[in-house]
Amino acid sequence: MATLLEAPTKSSQTLRRAPKVAWGSPMTYVIAFLFVGICIAPVLYIIVGGFRTNAQITNSPSGLPSPWVIDNYVSVLVSDVFWRQVANSAVAGILTTVGVVALGLMVSFVLARYDFKLNGAMYSLFAAGLMFPMTVAITPLYILIRDLGLMNTVGGIVLPQIAFALPTTIIILVPFLRAIPKEIEEAASIDGASRIGFFFRMVVPLSLPGVITVGILAFVASWNSYMLPLFILNDELSYTLPLGVQAFASQYSVDTARVLAFTSLSMIPALIFFSLFERRIVGGLTGAVKG
Amino acid sequence: MTHSLGENSATRTASPEGPTEAGGGVQTSSPAPRPRRGKRTDWRKTFEITVLSAPAIIVFLAFVIFPVFLAAYYGFFKWKGYGPPTEFVGIDNYLTIFQDTAFHEALLHNGYIVVLSLILQGPAAVALALLLNQKIRGRSIIRVLIFVPYVISEVIVGTGWSLMLQSAGAVNDLLEKLGLGFLAVDWLSDPKIALWSLMIIISWKYIGFAVILFLAGLQSIPEELSEAASIDGASYWQIQRTITLPLLGPTLRIWAFLSIIGSLQLFDLVYIIWGQYISATAGTSTMATYMVLNGRLAGNFGYGNAVAVVLFVISLVIALVYQRYVLRRDTEGALTEGKK
Repeated sequence: MATLLEAPTKSSQTLRRAPKVAWGSPMTYVIAFLFVGICIAPVLYIIVGGFRTNAQITNSPSGLPSPWVIDNYVSVLVSDVFWRQVANSAVAGILTTVGVVALGLMVSFVLARYDFKLNGAMYSLFAAGLMFPMTVAITPLYILIRDLGLMNTVGGIVLPQIAFALPTTIIILVPFLRAIPKEIEEAASIDGASRIGFFFRMVVPLSLPGVITVGILAFVASWNSYMLPLFILNDELSYTLPLGVQAFASQYSVDTARVLAFTSLSMIPALIFFSLFERRIVGGLTGAVKG
Repeated sequence: MTHSLGENSATRTASPEGPTEAGGGVQTSSPAPRPRRGKRTDWRKTFEITVLSAPAIIVFLAFVIFPVFLAAYYGFFKWKGYGPPTEFVGIDNYLTIFQDTAFHEALLHNGYIVVLSLILQGPAAVALALLLNQKIRGRSIIRVLIFVPYVISEVIVGTGWSLMLQSAGAVNDLLEKLGLGFLAVDWLSDPKIALWSLMIIISWKYIGFAVILFLAGLQSIPEELSEAASIDGASYWQIQRTITLPLLGPTLRIWAFLSIIGSLQLFDLVYIIWGQYISATAGTSTMATYMVLNGRLAGNFGYGNAVAVVLFVISLVIALVYQRYVLRRDTEGALTEGKK
């Protein structure tokens, strides 16, 4: 916008060059660079710290590795504990994602394309779920899961995670499903397809972008989830990565370098997912928020 | 596709004339097709609706709504968590909560966190969003990088920051190297400082989300408006103040809502960094950590549930008041959209 405003005064030069992207003022870059630096410096500290030895860290806590050592990363990567927790997190994440997508798509289809008396009430019910973060429900939820005999099982964290992810999912998916033109449905109906047939043959493929967004959001939320596993998973064999990171950090509290290596390895999947699907995650979040 | 979804809805809420109608507009714009058929198809429709929505409704009611009622029920008992609760104590648990100074402190900390989050993150995030909304090079990579803290888990953030903020940690070491050794303090255990350290960590983790949200809001504001203003001779700052900020209002108010609710529910970061017992002495305890400490960890499930109810009611009242008085104009969206 700054460039737009400068345009009238030095129009002859700026217009002639007509660059694809103007460089703008250097101050902008300085501030942007500082901000980005602040955002990623702690992350870099964790990753780079994993390449140091404990002696290096003690002598100069904020220094760089010299020499770089990969022992910490290697020792984490060859440990059963790490991979078991990766597997637990992956199973919980995948089951949550599948559940959220399946249940969310079906109910969103009803909310978007069926006209019935309780439609508005149903939407409000799910939308109100946005105001029930898990913190409030965690104590009774723990008792409920325990009474259902789901302690230390993947089901014990997957079911609540699906339930708590439904509001966002529905708020993102309903507009997608509403946007499918009526004509397509009518055509399908003339061709003899039932509502359900229409759902599987037309709705599912057409809403794929929305489905991918909610799927990724559900997976990342599950991957990062801490409070629920903390309550439900007491057995170390069932630990997911966040619990594992914490347990590792307290167990090896003197071995800072190894803790840093473990921590940075555990964030890789979320970071990869995020960099691959950044636009969808951001679009989904901002879209959901503004509903 | 997804992106345009976000932007469309932003335009909707940001439209200057009658946001209320605009918000409701989407709801009515495409009513579900309703072919007139006989009784059999009616029955069939009911069947389809039931089959398709029952699983989601059952899971949602069982694991989101039901626990809240369960908490309300258990909250009236003195109960160790095993067998059916039998020792009915009426509102004793609630009286204890409101007389416990530890709870008062936790509530106060939540209050600080709510206010400081808004003050520290809001203006900075708006400024950064305005800055990044300019056509500068590397904008997309910047957007990815500033979102990284939001995407990594609370456990990683907590573990990393508590290592960095130890008294012999990287932050103090760096300050000394920069000749600012006098600024080095005991970030995590000094009760005068710890809450501010927590605020630094919270701001670091969540400001990227605010910036991204505001950027999406800014991009939905038509460029023609500021172009027209600049032709009329308005300066950059005049344009931001009189055009951009008012139009960003709905986004700002939604963000503030999310920030307030998140601050009230804060648990993970405090629990990870300060552990089960230290948060109270370090002055960073929150209602949620109080709930876990005095409920589950102490084995007093009746009491823990009563705290959950208090936490829920406080959040709900604040949310409803906020919705009623602040969001009234722009969220015909999220929470009221269903009401036709």
